[in-house]
Amino acid sequence: MAKQLMRGSHVIAEAATRAGCRFYAGYPITPQNELPEYMSERFAQLEDATFIQAESELAAINMVMGASMAGVRAMTSSSSPGISLKQEAISYMAGMELPAVVVNIMRGGPGLGNIAPSQQDYFQATKGGGHGGYRTIVLAPYSGQELVTLTVKAFDLADAYRTTVILLGDGLMGQMMEPVTFPDPIDPATLPQKEWVLDGARGRDSRLIVSMLLDPVQMEQFNWKLARKYEAICERETQYESYLLDDALLAVVAFGTAARIAKGAVNRVRKAGLKVGLFRPITLWPFPGKELRALTRTIKHLLVFEMNFGQMVEDVKISVGEQARVHFHGRPGGIISTPHEIADAITKLIYRYEL
Amino acid sequence: MGITKTIFSGFGGQGVLMMGYVLATSGMHEDKHVTYLPSYGAEVRGGTANCTITVSDEPIASPVASFPDFAILMNTPSLMKFEGGVKSGGTVFLNSDLVDLRPKRRDIQVVAIPVNSIAERLGNARGANMVMIGALVQKTGLVSLKSVIKSVRSIFETKGSKVHKMNTLAIKEGAAFVGED
Repeated sequence: MAKQLMRGSHVIAEAATRAGCRFYAGYPITPQNELPEYMSERFAQLEDATFIQAESELAAINMVMGASMAGVRAMTSSSSPGISLKQEAISYMAGMELPAVVVNIMRGGPGLGNIAPSQQDYFQATKGGGHGGYRTIVLAPYSGQELVTLTVKAFDLADAYRTTVILLGDGLMGQMMEPVTFPDPIDPATLPQKEWVLDGARGRDSRLIVSMLLDPVQMEQFNWKLARKYEAICERETQYESYLLDDALLAVVAFGTAARIAKGAVNRVRKAGLKVGLFRPITLWPFPGKELRALTRTIKHLLVFEMNFGQMVEDVKISVGEQARVHFHGRPGGIISTPHEIADAITKLIYRYEL
Repeated sequence: MGITKTIFSGFGGQGVLMMGYVLATSGMHEDKHVTYLPSYGAEVRGGTANCTITVSDEPIASPVASFPDFAILMNTPSLMKFEGGVKSGGTVFLNSDLVDLRPKRRDIQVVAIPVNSIAERLGNARGANMVMIGALVQKTGLVSLKSVIKSVRSIFETKGSKVHKMNTLAIKEGAAFVGED
């Protein structure tokens, strides 16, 4: 298929459709309005797809919950404040082990914030934004093409582990256009059968999906089941990119848009002969901590760069312990750093620690 | 060529975002790395619009332009907003029909084109942006004129051959205007 120049929000919507998503509900919020806009038109062309502009974010995510129970690949999208509203339902879906894809095109916060790109929802996404101690898989795309691959992957992971998968982008990822190619569409009918869905009990025993387990013994068992599932996800699904790290003395650690800018900075300082590379977590949960720790055999300085005032840096510190010095450069509030700015931050460390 | 950044700015309705889309699409057709970043926000009808296009031989780190190589300024507020940011040695393309002021800086090139007059002379008043993109590409060689014409044809495919002819003419007139000097 030929390359197409497409806006990030549209790319997610098209990739979701091709991944077999047949239910979308959402409520408008900048900077992701183009996603539901595209979905409304795209789903109108399909006989088996449902698009709903819901009356609120809460309604949208609860509709996704219902669609998921019925076995459909379902998605909702929003931006930071709207994602906060969806947390209760995401926790309930964890309690019912329902697959769903939730897209968060982050903006500056807290509160209503602004509509500029930021990464201020890292904690919310990776630590379980709602109550009850659950986890969600979090994917952090950094290019148009990765929006395609990770959106498709989000649906596969959601079904495979019966979990919510959060696609964590930002205003820049949502608004920017880049050339992309799409895989062939998947026919939802060819997807693996789900043995647990509520699709009418004719000819079989009835099924029950609830998140309420009043007996603490049962609830403990269920929690351990979740824990084992999360452990399996950590073992199998961690994804990251290493860039120019073989001879590096300093690694920049960044995800999403920040990683893209950091890569430009790394290229810039490499031209000046500095031995610097980039470690880019693609799954934010599970966080590639083991892989990062392995790097510290040779790399003793890490520069974490985030578009917030320090969130992923905590996971980096936990991962490497005393094995490396962890430095931080952050820009909260919707500021987009230049590669030049990050190159400056790198260069300062190189001088200061004589690397 | 390296990495070049171009800002298109004007008021809503001047086809500013379309110019950027055409440039980015043309770059894509030439297998270059491209990004298109629109300004987005609480805009009103007739308000300002701008977008930043990066065309590059190598992967693009940031789609934002702090110091663009080229600025296409379709109205006076755009000149006031973006003159200061243009890279030293860069070029501004002014719509001289609507912009009376001229840049105060001496370290940038200025190309003034009466794109509205040219478009009107061609009987295609709405094609002022096509005149401008023709001039830009002819002057800078960011992409080929051929790619631009091809892109515009594919973008407006559903509008029919008359629109295509008018657009092609406007693009070529823009190119000819700057080609003459």
